[in-house]
Amino acid sequence: MKDTDIKRLLYTHLLCIFSIILSVFIPSLCLENFSLLETHLTWLCTCSGFVTAVNLVLYLVVKPNASSKRSSLSHKVTRFLKCCIYFLMSCFSFHVIFVLYGAPLIELALETFLFAVILSTFTTVPCLCLLGPNLKAWLRVFSRNGVTSIWENSLQITTISSFVGAWLGALPIPLDWERPWQVWPISCTLGATFGYVAGLVISPLWIYWNRKQLTYKNN
Amino acid sequence: MRLGAGTFAACCVAIEVLGIAVFLRGFFPAPVRSSAGTEHGAEPPAPEPSAGASSNWTTLPPPLFGKVVIVLIDALRDDFVFGSKGVKFMPYTTYLVEKGASHSFVAEAKPPTVTMPRIKALMTGSLPGFVDVLRNLNSPALLEDSVIRQAKAAGKRIIFYGDETWVKLFPKHFVEYDGTTSFFVSDYTEVDNNVTRHLDKVLKRGDWDMLILHYLGLDHIGHISGPSSPLIGRKLSEMDSVLMKIHTSLLSKEREVALPSLLVLCGDHGMSETGSHGASSMEEVNTPLILISSAFERKPGDVRHPTRVQQTDVAATLAIALGLPIPKDSVGSLLFPVVEGKPMREQLRFLHLNTVQLSKLLQENVPSYEKDPGFEQFKMSERLHGNWIRLYLEEKQSEVLLNLGSKVLRQYLDALKTLSLSLSTQVAQYDMYSMMVGTVVVLEVLTLLLLSVPQALHRKAELEVPLSSPGFSLLFYLVILVLSAIHVIVCTSAESSCYFCGLSWLAAGGVMVLASALLCVIVSVLTNVLVGGKPRRKNPVHPSSRWSELDLLILLGTVGHVLSLGASSFVEEEHQTWYFLVNTLCLALSQETYRNYFLGDDSEPQCGLHVEQGLDGVATAWQGGPGCDVLERGKGHGSPPPSEVLHGSEKWMVLASPWLILACCRLLRSLNQTGVQWAHRPDLGHWLTSSDHKAELSVLAAVSLLVVFVLVQRGCSPVSKAALALGLLGVYCYRAAIGSVRFPWQQDSKDISKGITEARFVYVFVLGILFTGTKDLLKAQVVPADFRIKTVGLWEIHSGLVLLAALLFRPHNLPVLAFSLLIQTLMTKFIWRPLRHDAAEVTVMHYWFGQAFFYFQGNSNNIATVDISAGFVGLDTYVEIPAVFLTAFGTYAGPLLWASHLVHFLSSETHSSSALSHACFCYAMICSIPVSTYIVLVTSLRYHLFIWSVFSPKLLYEGMHLLITAAVCVFFTAMDQTRLTQS
Repeated sequence: MKDTDIKRLLYTHLLCIFSIILSVFIPSLCLENFSLLETHLTWLCTCSGFVTAVNLVLYLVVKPNASSKRSSLSHKVTRFLKCCIYFLMSCFSFHVIFVLYGAPLIELALETFLFAVILSTFTTVPCLCLLGPNLKAWLRVFSRNGVTSIWENSLQITTISSFVGAWLGALPIPLDWERPWQVWPISCTLGATFGYVAGLVISPLWIYWNRKQLTYKNN
Repeated sequence: MRLGAGTFAACCVAIEVLGIAVFLRGFFPAPVRSSAGTEHGAEPPAPEPSAGASSNWTTLPPPLFGKVVIVLIDALRDDFVFGSKGVKFMPYTTYLVEKGASHSFVAEAKPPTVTMPRIKALMTGSLPGFVDVLRNLNSPALLEDSVIRQAKAAGKRIIFYGDETWVKLFPKHFVEYDGTTSFFVSDYTEVDNNVTRHLDKVLKRGDWDMLILHYLGLDHIGHISGPSSPLIGRKLSEMDSVLMKIHTSLLSKEREVALPSLLVLCGDHGMSETGSHGASSMEEVNTPLILISSAFERKPGDVRHPTRVQQTDVAATLAIALGLPIPKDSVGSLLFPVVEGKPMREQLRFLHLNTVQLSKLLQENVPSYEKDPGFEQFKMSERLHGNWIRLYLEEKQSEVLLNLGSKVLRQYLDALKTLSLSLSTQVAQYDMYSMMVGTVVVLEVLTLLLLSVPQALHRKAELEVPLSSPGFSLLFYLVILVLSAIHVIVCTSAESSCYFCGLSWLAAGGVMVLASALLCVIVSVLTNVLVGGKPRRKNPVHPSSRWSELDLLILLGTVGHVLSLGASSFVEEEHQTWYFLVNTLCLALSQETYRNYFLGDDSEPQCGLHVEQGLDGVATAWQGGPGCDVLERGKGHGSPPPSEVLHGSEKWMVLASPWLILACCRLLRSLNQTGVQWAHRPDLGHWLTSSDHKAELSVLAAVSLLVVFVLVQRGCSPVSKAALALGLLGVYCYRAAIGSVRFPWQQDSKDISKGITEARFVYVFVLGILFTGTKDLLKAQVVPADFRIKTVGLWEIHSGLVLLAALLFRPHNLPVLAFSLLIQTLMTKFIWRPLRHDAAEVTVMHYWFGQAFFYFQGNSNNIATVDISAGFVGLDTYVEIPAVFLTAFGTYAGPLLWASHLVHFLSSETHSSSALSHACFCYAMICSIPVSTYIVLVTSLRYHLFIWSVFSPKLLYEGMHLLITAAVCVFFTAMDQTRLTQS
């Protein structure tokens, strides 16, 4: 593993963070009375779109796992469709989990679903970009000694930190401060976003810090 | 002395219960109460004292004022009226204070400076303690004697506009009212306009005797932006104009009637520099009190400075002003300037009435009242008064009489002051010394428990308790000496009453010996750990003791929950904490099952708790998890890796069971909305209990009882199986008899009885099953070879408790019981057994689920949610001991059932001898950590705004929970002992 790899990782992550920041500022230019809290759903959509787009672009440009063979167009299309199905399924299963955690079943269903979408954007989309619709690879990456590159390592860290952020985001909901961001699901989406950003920042640093200890099977 | 970990833990919890009891006694001082009930309130007023000749004045004096208007402005601080702000923003009031016909005072409010207790203090004249809340458990209405109650009894018409707390405190006392809610703190204009809009109409009508207005806006502004906000000035001007309007209207009406009217302007509490209130700083305690009436006419040049009085004086003054008897529990004294203009005889009469009432209260509350200086002064002034009356009756008006009268007057005023002071020091103060003693004992026990964790969770589950280590005897006696010295110093110097000082010397000495013995034990254990710790570290006991995610979650969850108790919202919504933790626990378990069945490696993935979530839907597509491989987590019991391979349906059940449990929890959660913030949301429980849905409720109850039977019967002996079936049938019959469910053939429930017979029928079976279980346990003691008998016995005890819970639960809560048994079965079969968690983990999981079920039942940390009806099941009248026992069991059924399941599970599943001791130790520890932290938190938060409404009820719940835990631990130890004698 070279330092250039870590640098590339850092730059891509900075791009991702940049896209999230853009998603806050660009809509306020185009749309009137846009604000992060009041028109939260709009922001969720734009943020999800921006992050997905950046991830796709990075995937096409950087090609972290260059080993993929050349394949036919139909193969690519089926692969893409599979990815979409996986994404949707992850959205729905997240939605189910949120409801099990106590989110209202009928009211605010759209809000809950968009929260599921944004959490999927932070977790499933990078997985799909990096690993493809391949469950075996997913399981490998998320088991203890299964990572084979710094990309997978950073994927692990960002995914976990997004989940932890969303989990921690639920904590302030019962407090009686009556702040606008305590409304379901705003604190959770913000928590997930902060978790994701924190993961993006931490993972290159962590990898850089531990670069001596980290050895990957394939590299 | 060597002790088993279980016995040790049980002893520790027992000592902790003692400590908590002392703490609670100090925290909730006994209130000063008149023993005469409020019901038979028509006590004749004390006659005028007279020496020799009999006085003819035995009735109550006539009212001084025709109409009384009370304008209460929430959070009105004294300097808002008397200070520079008052001059600037309240010109009319300032004019009245300085030049008009008025008397002004600074009334001192006692902490907690919160609205509800303050209203009570103003109207009853007593100092409300928390015990009041307990006394009227279910109804928030004020049961004590108050000015309002007396006025209503005297046929006065009272009108109220303002904070709806009044409407709750005095239901049906007002002929007309409009309550505004103090819920929306950000609203400070509407809330006052809703009061003022009635004014014109009411003032014009004049068909009332008492008008009470409670303005909330100022308090809301304080909470939003503090006392120096520009909004305050505007609000004060508004209040000034309201006052002017009322005053001019009263003055214009006064010409038509004989008696003058009285206008009272007061605040309930002040406002700190940050705008909040609740504590005891000068800004929060000092409130203005202005009495305005044309009767208080003064000559120009008569400067009256506001004098300091107590807030409790208002009740006595109002009662005298309206010609009512003084509320029985009032500790206040009459504000003398109010009656100053009256003839001497009347003045003395008023003062006499007040002193008699206070001295009566003193007699009832202080055992050595005769030595009280106030009482002596009272006796003397009464004698002087009698002499004066004799003189008065003999010879009319003279200079001598007047001089003598004013001497008697001064004597009375002194007596009043002393009496009032000695009564109010009885309450209103936390008894810090008792609280400290309790806290010290509890914290010592907790430290001891924490220090002995490594020893107690060791394989042998035994620990050395150096009870009689002679090396520390010197320390022991020294500590005793120091403690008794402190005791003597505190008790001799304390000006307020102290429970711990009131104890007999033997009891207090016992507690001190206990505290110092505990200290010595801690010191010796600590030295043992420090000295003996190093060699043990070299050859670690658990070579593979890596923390799994589950352990991490358990640790973090416990710490997080304990920390959350410091925030009032988290205490109010504690159920959310438990639901959240239990859900996360289920996800962690699901992750563990996936890891076991798919990855097949004993390494742990670094992924968090949720990683496998996304895979749930696609798991069916994945083929190829070669059997299971159990983690090497047999800390206590070196369990061999299991050779059995689960296959087919069982494997899928293992994978699906965490999700099933999650779904069950979600259903239960929507059964009872509890807490505060979301309590008003519609829930299934309310839907079911409404009379339109009786059929649905009946079906649900029947199905739940059936599920309970199916799940419970499998472990029972045939006899108890039959008893259980009959018992559950009896439960349904009982509910049908009292009319909450109905039989299909029963069309209209006309005859609703109390269901005594049915309930007693069930009690017989409960006792029968419990008896069978005990018999089996005893048999297992005698015949040590038969291991199964003991398991069956424990299960029978469990099922007996289930049957009792089924009887006590309201019908819409029966699904809670069914689901609890279902989850227990699922967990036992598919989680704990295949995954081989160790005893400590299983114990903590049981505890968490027990807590969650406590709230699933509909409980909360509010006293009002205790289901008292459980105490009346099968009883004709209220019998205290069974009623208390049944209510406690009904309330804590969730934790208790999970604990009894834990005993059964551990003694049937594990083959290690120490599992039960480990479990007992863990259970004791995990219960005592929150309690001990909480009492420290409560002590430091004792002047918090919500101390009475939120923290104190929780404290009571925690105390009760600890008592229940002690019972559970004793049961554990008993079971453990039988095991020890077997082997």
